[in-house]
Amino acid sequence: MDSEDEVISVASSEEMMEDQDSDLSMGGDYSDVDLDVDDPDVGFETQDKDIKPKRRPYEVEFNIYGPADIQSHQDQQIDEVSAILGQPPEATAILLRHTRWNKERLIEIYMDKQDTLLEEAGLGKSLAKLPELKKVKGFVCEICCEDGPDLKTFSMKCGHRFCLDCYRQYLAQKIQEEGEAARIKCPGDGCNKIVDSKSLDLLVTEDLKDRYQVLLTRTYVDDKENLKWCPAPNCEYAVDCRVKQRDLNKTVPTVHCTCGHHFCFGCTLNDHQPAPCSLVKKWLKKCEDDSETANWISANTKECPKCHSTIEKNGGCNHMTCRKCKHEFCWMCMGVWSEHGTSWYNCNRFEEKSGSEARDAQAKSRQSLERYLHYYNRYANHEQSAKLDKDIYLKTEKKMTQLQSSSGMSWIEVQFLDAASQALQQCRQTLKWTYAFAYYLARNNLTEIFEDNQKDLELAVENLSEMFEKPTDQLSGLKVEMMDKTAYCTRRRIILLSDTAENLKNGGAHSLRLRPGSFD
Amino acid sequence: MFASKRLSKELQKLQGTLPPGISLISAENFEEWLMDIKVMDDNPLYRNEVYRLRFRFGSSYPIEAPEVTFVQDPSHPIPMHPHVYSNGIICLDLLDTSGWSPVQNVESVCVSLQSMLTGNSKNERPPGNDAFVRTNRQRPRDINFVFHDNKV
Ligand SMILES: [Zn+2]
Ligand SMILES: [Zn+2]
Ligand SMILES: [Zn+2]
Ligand SMILES: [Zn+2]
Ligand SMILES: [Zn+2]
Ligand SMILES: [Zn+2]
Repeated sequence: MDSEDEVISVASSEEMMEDQDSDLSMGGDYSDVDLDVDDPDVGFETQDKDIKPKRRPYEVEFNIYGPADIQSHQDQQIDEVSAILGQPPEATAILLRHTRWNKERLIEIYMDKQDTLLEEAGLGKSLAKLPELKKVKGFVCEICCEDGPDLKTFSMKCGHRFCLDCYRQYLAQKIQEEGEAARIKCPGDGCNKIVDSKSLDLLVTEDLKDRYQVLLTRTYVDDKENLKWCPAPNCEYAVDCRVKQRDLNKTVPTVHCTCGHHFCFGCTLNDHQPAPCSLVKKWLKKCEDDSETANWISANTKECPKCHSTIEKNGGCNHMTCRKCKHEFCWMCMGVWSEHGTSWYNCNRFEEKSGSEARDAQAKSRQSLERYLHYYNRYANHEQSAKLDKDIYLKTEKKMTQLQSSSGMSWIEVQFLDAASQALQQCRQTLKWTYAFAYYLARNNLTEIFEDNQKDLELAVENLSEMFEKPTDQLSGLKVEMMDKTAYCTRRRIILLSDTAENLKNGGAHSLRLRPGSFD
Repeated sequence: MFASKRLSKELQKLQGTLPPGISLISAENFEEWLMDIKVMDDNPLYRNEVYRLRFRFGSSYPIEAPEVTFVQDPSHPIPMHPHVYSNGIICLDLLDTSGWSPVQNVESVCVSLQSMLTGNSKNERPPGNDAFVRTNRQRPRDINFVFHDNKV
């Protein structure tokens, strides 16, 4: 696809751009939203508390259902369709599963060619007689090669006959190992006949029946486009979200499961806002392919740019101070730290070299690698920093108990550390993906706004991260400052995500554009 | 083992007449067999070459597909094919849970692979071959292949 003109979406409105740095109240559209920080001390507007918070531009509507909800939804639909078709609920359930829970289609086909449908779903007249096991003279099972007059055998209407043991082994494999239930095919080579529910009732052994029922219930969620299982291990919740597959270039539908897991409804990977699914997939593929080229970067140790002594990173913060010479520098770009946070700050932006320098092919390919490494380095660094932040937090948590007793603070009062840690994790996750996203962006004035937002968030995050490395006995005195910084981080994240989501959604004259080939 | 009777029957048959270009090399036990295949027409990609296949049978063979890979040694190269990685791993739906039928057997797999080669004119590896070969540590059965296209 020629994507030179591909507008994945667009410009923030003029006014939004103007307001964005004007003050900390988050400007126009977001002033009425309630931030996730409920402490009144934090000090920004929450005046409209009684009004239900408006959804932010990057948030999508979704619902979470537990196993009981899922079951009752199914029962409801079965009852409804059962009344229309005049079939008993049990048969209706089979028919609904057969047509992948598409009610309208089921009713249509049922009206149109009832006999064929019933036959296909294993409910036909020919099956009025229950499926049965047979002993067949001269039979040799094609799977196990056993024979003998006493061998019990089974076959569906397709005529592929196998011994009972093999059929059971086969079904056990499908149900237990491959998690299939509603659409298991006949074991015969190339046979597409689905093993119908009555045959299954006859063949499935007792120990598998529970598992089979669970899987059957699961197919309801699997079959519905608007439902997805939460991918967290052992989570039983499903998410209902109406975002369509075709809209995934315009929106990044992050959902929050009741179990605490945040994931993308589009691709079920961990939350990757603000980058759209297709770019995430492309980026991960690229990182995998280029892993060896890039591996050297994410190493845990580097040299101090001034005195060359080895420095190991043990916290998430990127503001490094060399123990030996006290030189302060940035872990990511190795530049002087004092230049970060001023107009000189240019750590997040990749500077394309001027045309003359990159004229020959070799220089071009070197530059394209450098460009990739610039973004990869920062992407990988935030991933790693998030882990290090977490490690530090876990150590800190232990000390929180000490803090409680030494400072006389209550458990509730030391929760600011927890809030700060969570904000850090979330912001680093977002930052990480802004770098993957930026890699695919063509340069225009909106990319600059994007990068400014990225820079502001990054700086806020580093400032907060730095506080975590302070000795525990100082923490109680830093409570207010830390809460301010936490709130500020959260706010910068909201602004970045909101701006980017608006740009993605709107399309038009001012737009974030992808570099050629990004959506290939 | 679930189907020792089945494997001994298969072995018996493999020790008799086989389709042209397919031969049994070793079958010391019911865990691992070696087979050779040769492309019978003169497809320039495979002319004068013999390819060696290793079959590994799990405890639930033939309900579960065997693990089939090409093996390389000085006299047996890995055939060039868009579904065969240069480490010998084959990406073919026939050998995957979705495409495998317990009615298939060692001989039929050999025949399928032989005709997969015969029908091929692309002198190429699967997309992403280098990265896959460099990074893959999984056994073929644990890999979740996305079949590039099932016509090849
Ligand atoms: Zn059998
Ligand atoms: Zn069949
Ligand atoms: Zn969950
Ligand atoms: Zn996604
Ligand atoms: Zn130093
Ligand atoms: Zn820097």
